[in-house]
Amino acid sequence: MAKAELMNYEQALEQFEVVIGLEVHVELNTKTKMFCGCRNDFGDEPNTNVCPICIGLPGSLPAVNRRAVESSIAIGLSLGCSIAPNGRFSRKNYFYPDLAKNFQTSQYDEPIAFEGTIDIEVPSGNVFTVAIERAHMEEDAGKLTHVGGNTGRIHGAEYSLVDYNRAGVPLVEIVTKPVLGAGAEAPELAAAYVRSIREIVKALGVSEARMERGNVRCDANVSLRRHGAEKLGTRTETKNVNSLRSIERAVRYEIQRQAHILAGGGSITQETRHWHEDRGITSSGRPKSDADDYRYFPEPDLVPVQPSHELIESIRATLPENPADRRKRLAGEWGFSELEFRDVVNSGLLDQIEETVAAGAKPQAARKWWTGEVARVANSEEKDVADLNVTPAQIAELASLVEAGKINDRIGREVLAAVLAGEGSPAEIVSAKGLEVVSDDGALLAAIDEALATQPDVIDAIREGRMQAAGAVIGAVMKAMKGQADAARVRELLIERANAQ
Amino acid sequence: MSELIKKNASELVSLMASGEVSSVEVTQAHLDRIAAVNGTLNSYLHVTADAALKVASDVDRRRAAGESLPKLAGLPIAVKDNLTTTDAPTTAGSKILEGWVPQYDATVVTKLRNELMPILGKTNLDEFAMGSSTEFSAYGPSRNPWDTDRIPGGSGGGSSSAVAGFTAPLAIGSDTGGSIRFPGAVTGTVGTKPTYGAVSRYGLIALASSLDQIGPVSRNVLDAALLQDVIAGHDPHDSTSLPESLGSMAEAAANRSVAGMRIGVIKQLTGAGFQPGVQARFDDSLALLAKNGAEIVEVDCPSFEYAIAAYYLILPAEASSNLAKFDSVRFGLRVTPEGNPTIERVMAATREAGFGPEVKRRIILGTYALSSGYYDAYYGSAQKVRTLIQRDLAAAFAKADVLVSPTAPTTAFKFGEKIDDPLAMYLNDIATIPANLAGIPGMSIPNGLADEDGLPSGLQILAPAREDARLYKVGAALEAWHEEVWGKRMIDFAPELKVGA
Repeated sequence: MAKAELMNYEQALEQFEVVIGLEVHVELNTKTKMFCGCRNDFGDEPNTNVCPICIGLPGSLPAVNRRAVESSIAIGLSLGCSIAPNGRFSRKNYFYPDLAKNFQTSQYDEPIAFEGTIDIEVPSGNVFTVAIERAHMEEDAGKLTHVGGNTGRIHGAEYSLVDYNRAGVPLVEIVTKPVLGAGAEAPELAAAYVRSIREIVKALGVSEARMERGNVRCDANVSLRRHGAEKLGTRTETKNVNSLRSIERAVRYEIQRQAHILAGGGSITQETRHWHEDRGITSSGRPKSDADDYRYFPEPDLVPVQPSHELIESIRATLPENPADRRKRLAGEWGFSELEFRDVVNSGLLDQIEETVAAGAKPQAARKWWTGEVARVANSEEKDVADLNVTPAQIAELASLVEAGKINDRIGREVLAAVLAGEGSPAEIVSAKGLEVVSDDGALLAAIDEALATQPDVIDAIREGRMQAAGAVIGAVMKAMKGQADAARVRELLIERANAQ
Repeated sequence: MSELIKKNASELVSLMASGEVSSVEVTQAHLDRIAAVNGTLNSYLHVTADAALKVASDVDRRRAAGESLPKLAGLPIAVKDNLTTTDAPTTAGSKILEGWVPQYDATVVTKLRNELMPILGKTNLDEFAMGSSTEFSAYGPSRNPWDTDRIPGGSGGGSSSAVAGFTAPLAIGSDTGGSIRFPGAVTGTVGTKPTYGAVSRYGLIALASSLDQIGPVSRNVLDAALLQDVIAGHDPHDSTSLPESLGSMAEAAANRSVAGMRIGVIKQLTGAGFQPGVQARFDDSLALLAKNGAEIVEVDCPSFEYAIAAYYLILPAEASSNLAKFDSVRFGLRVTPEGNPTIERVMAATREAGFGPEVKRRIILGTYALSSGYYDAYYGSAQKVRTLIQRDLAAAFAKADVLVSPTAPTTAFKFGEKIDDPLAMYLNDIATIPANLAGIPGMSIPNGLADEDGLPSGLQILAPAREDARLYKVGAALEAWHEEVWGKRMIDFAPELKVGA
């Protein structure tokens, strides 16, 4: 598995047009599986959430999970798709030990949702419209663990273990049409697209949408053709690329790898490829031809799925705001700079900031706290911000204490630490610990005079306009006040004193 | 031989209800008969004597205590061995399932248990219900009580020979292309295939999902009606099961009549190709119907010519997929080949050893019919024929309330006669297959003995979907007139079985 030779990226783009296609599998978070009443909980003890249906015992029959259909419709509508009034399931036949029935119940020629579009913004600010071919329902397979051997693959393993808890978990597979015209930004577009799908299904509440847990999985198709060529090039399909960063890297890698081969007069093998996160390369999987014969035919054990017009419209009426529209709205409302807003989006703190603003904080203050101190703590503790013990309402309270001059930023950080430690609300902590700033000018002036007594030159320096000299006195006052003073007020009083003398 | 076992099921029900006989007596009488003749008939693959007697004594105790019991409580019954039962092995007539005890009961079995019917045992069938003679059972053929050198019909020859041989008053069958009706015809018993979806298929080891239907096997039309009333009804586990009730069949059988009815004779299912004795008895019955006030009309079903060809594409296609789950991974036979036993080789060796020749023939046929490039020509065309047959029948039912034909072209043939000629074997089903392709109900009733061989012939009645009641109304009427003409039930013409062997 040697690293393939790669063409320089810019050079590759000069010679070739990039075409990508993305298949995203979204695991739905329904209570039960797609075709049986077993718990849809893959983390449990292996082979405990199983029944005659999902392990394919003779005589068992599937029955469609209504909630999964509704979730699929919601996803389809969010992607601007039409919903099939009469869809059906098909059987995809192939033998594999993780597949209890040796066929997967899926949708083939009549997917539940088809023909949609979604606008995707890449980091440069460019927006690309990605055409969605279809979104269809299917069941997941069991999970195989290959033991022995060193490849982790079935070949060479001594034996393999199957966990059928995942067998029958409902999936929606979203397939794009070939995406052309992204040029050098194709890798970023691929990642941004998957991010958008994640945001949408999360906003819909139909999936946990955590890529690291496989709730959202992406297969990335990449092909190249000479500029001006009509025919699409031969594609490769890089399977299960499971982070946004990896998607971007894998697509970029495939562009450079394929460009090198094509430029040298070679041809691309149509195949699946595996992404190796550690080495940043893809490697050859199994050959995949368009003639792969799964012997699809309509699933005779299920009646067609016929969502009524009323059902579709009632789902449409309750769709949450599209994440892209929401971002546009919030950017307008909050008045952040482009850079600030992008930071917020990239750090995934949109929800928290929106809720904090709703709780009364100013947008800038909310942004500053979440992307600053809260994110720093999360980072240092290697946790998700979402897992920290602080609510948007508490941050809003904290911001309002600072805003009112009751505490300063430094004390604010101290209060936040106490909140995270579960010591109470910010206001409670400030009063319990006596952290409120000293706002009695008399006390401050006394401290200033004391400091000036040891540094008499400072007054002259200030009068001559050398303001940096004030720092030493302000520092001494803050120290005397144990930090519980408003440094700006100390500075004001010091200047007044200098000018008065 | 106890006289009890010769009685119709409805008579036994009355005798038990009035306290003249106990369920234990009735059940034991049948168990004794099984012990005496099953060695000859091979109707049962597995006898559940203890379980049956336990249910029987429970019924007797509860009846004595004055409890109100279900209508058929205490009436023993036999179940075809392609229905799952938790207290008895379920083989579907195949070596690949030898010794498998299911973890769940088929819905129909649950209904029998809820009705408190003692289950005598599991009856023989052609492997996975593929056949017309039981010669393809991996456990040896069942024999026809009228002549033990002859086939009892198939695939449900175990159930038909049990009922005809008085080892059960009633039995459950399954009918995919005639597997209840053809055995009924050649054993002088009543075989009924309800409307597709009238009886839940959950727990029926699937042959061809879109054609399979469970139904009653009996010696009498009223008995069949009583049983259909017990096993019919919507089942959330089977999405193809009908949501609505079709009404009481027992009531329809009691209201027997053909007065003012139009009875259609299918042009394509009469005359040439039918054994003269079979045709003669059919003509006798038409005269009887006309005499009793029915109007006989001829109907044309030109597409029936293609029914067998279409059936032998659709059935194998579905079967090839339904039987894929028999792979040794989760249940049933496992054969580990010498050398390097990869999963593929274990699956292949298991299927090679576990499936019989007819099953392999149909899996290969079906796999081929679904293959890309052939799908449209084979499976696709067959589905079109299916639509045409449905149209022919719709047109026929516009002219007639029920349709009639001989159930099969011939009387029971001898063992070995057609075993090497699949096409000849398939032709037995020429009259029964259209009902499965169209999903309509059909019933075969005893129709007198053919002059040339003195063996039973059958008359088939077909009704529009959901109009099962018409079968019972007409069937019960014709049965009554027959018994009047013959002076006794047709089954009473059967020679006394030589006990022993």
